[in-house]
Amino acid sequence: MIISSDLATAGSASATPTPSPLVQLVKVNKRYSNGTVALRDLSLSVNRGQFVSLLGPSGCGKSTALRMMAGLLSLSSGDIAWPDSAGAAAKRDISFVFQEPTLMPWARVFDNVYLPLRIAGISRERAAADVNDALALVGLSKFADVFPRELSGGMKMRVSIARAMVTRPRLLLMDEPFAALDEMTRAKLNDDVLRLWRERDLTIVFVTHNVWEAVYLSNRVVVMAARPGRVVDDIAIEAPYPRSADFRTSASYAAQCERVSRSLQNTLGHADIDH
Amino acid sequence: MQTSTIDLDATIPALNEAEQKRERRERKLTILAPLLVLVVALTAWELFVRINKIPPYILPGPILVVQTLWNSWPSLATSLMFTAKLTLSALALAVIGGVGLGTLFALSRIVEVSLFPYAVVLQVTPIIAVAPLILIYVDSTMAALLICAWIVAFFPILSSTVIGLRSADHNLRDLFTLYEASAWQRFALLLMPSALPYFMSGLKVAGGLALIGAVVAEFVAGAAGKETGLASRIFEASFRSEIPLMFAALLLVSMCGIVIFIVTSWISHKVLGHWHESELKRER
Repeated sequence: MIISSDLATAGSASATPTPSPLVQLVKVNKRYSNGTVALRDLSLSVNRGQFVSLLGPSGCGKSTALRMMAGLLSLSSGDIAWPDSAGAAAKRDISFVFQEPTLMPWARVFDNVYLPLRIAGISRERAAADVNDALALVGLSKFADVFPRELSGGMKMRVSIARAMVTRPRLLLMDEPFAALDEMTRAKLNDDVLRLWRERDLTIVFVTHNVWEAVYLSNRVVVMAARPGRVVDDIAIEAPYPRSADFRTSASYAAQCERVSRSLQNTLGHADIDH
Repeated sequence: MQTSTIDLDATIPALNEAEQKRERRERKLTILAPLLVLVVALTAWELFVRINKIPPYILPGPILVVQTLWNSWPSLATSLMFTAKLTLSALALAVIGGVGLGTLFALSRIVEVSLFPYAVVLQVTPIIAVAPLILIYVDSTMAALLICAWIVAFFPILSSTVIGLRSADHNLRDLFTLYEASAWQRFALLLMPSALPYFMSGLKVAGGLALIGAVVAEFVAGAAGKETGLASRIFEASFRSEIPLMFAALLLVSMCGIVIFIVTSWISHKVLGHWHESELKRER
């Protein structure tokens, strides 16, 4: 494993507490067997406690990078380093939220949330407190005994989040989790994720193609371009937490959205948009 | 942050009065309409036979068929038991073999690649053409019949099990990978439940096919031995031109098939009813 010290210190010029990197992607390449280069020389360091959004057009490799961090996808070359945990142990601290709720339709909400603990070999009795805790976290305590099909899209997503939180992860990876939801539900879930992030001391890497969502949530937006997938911009979002509806309507929010939008526009390139 | 779209309050009735009425009418209709068709058809048949004075050795009326069934019941009942036993044993063995081999196929690529072509050969070769050979090489007639019925019922269960085990959601698979599930956990908690709806549809098909296999095999075997099934009775009756007895035995074969269909559908509903689309009723 390459644990490069320059990379760790590179981004920490002025921040007050020395940020400690949780995960570092070092010159990661991914080429699929059909020849598509999904990622070229991607280097990205995510610090503990950060809320990082990976923003970009489809095909920019943002989901690819996320799946690699989760260990769900192999690297063609390069390295992923977990500076202060022994590789394998770090994996257990990761949770993943997919674009779809990805619930087991045959299992009740309780059992869906219990799944990670069940796989870890924890008995239902011993897990009950943690499962109920996770359900309470997303406001679904009353729905432990219903089947997923009885829930709305937003509620299913909450169950999915509860399942991710039940193992008390350090790193939460979210792959366009709210893309399929309506605007109202999305705004609500955004606030919930922010609350979880603060309450549980999480580090979150959030993949999205929505500029407004990325700016509202993150303290750092990484803009990526496609063909081949690469990082083109790394923008810090300046706004204190907790953020609320007031932030959404502020001039600062509008300005930062515009800045990120412009950066995203540049990545699209003329060839892609015009003809 | 409670955004409940489902209300757990049971005091509000799920359906209003007009809907309840419609629901009841709908239920009545699904039972009464086919029944009415049956009564009309049987009456027409009986009248046709009586008015035209058709002799029973050409076409017996339904009343005579039922009378024959009643009179020959003791001997027909043993034949019915024989056919039912044969069909159910074949189906049970098809489930064991199909699920077992299907699981092996889904878990091991090598097993699948090497055996699947032969499973297909087994399926596409008409059983009626293979049955005489099986009857020659297998000493026990019962065993030979069982093998024939099994061959026919086996394939739908095998293929539905293989497809079912492969149908598990990709993201759920990733989730199991992420949480480092063991092969057994993956199989028991993810693959098996995902395969259930497919297996159930395979079972419904196989139930009907097992009966067809049993009847066909018995036809080929001819009326040999002490114990004979319904097919042999039909065969035998046709030799003696006992047309009413043929109809009576045929009626029992159909009943057998209907019961198998109802039972497999009921099992499917019990197993999948609470979650799978195919068994859910949509509310309007």
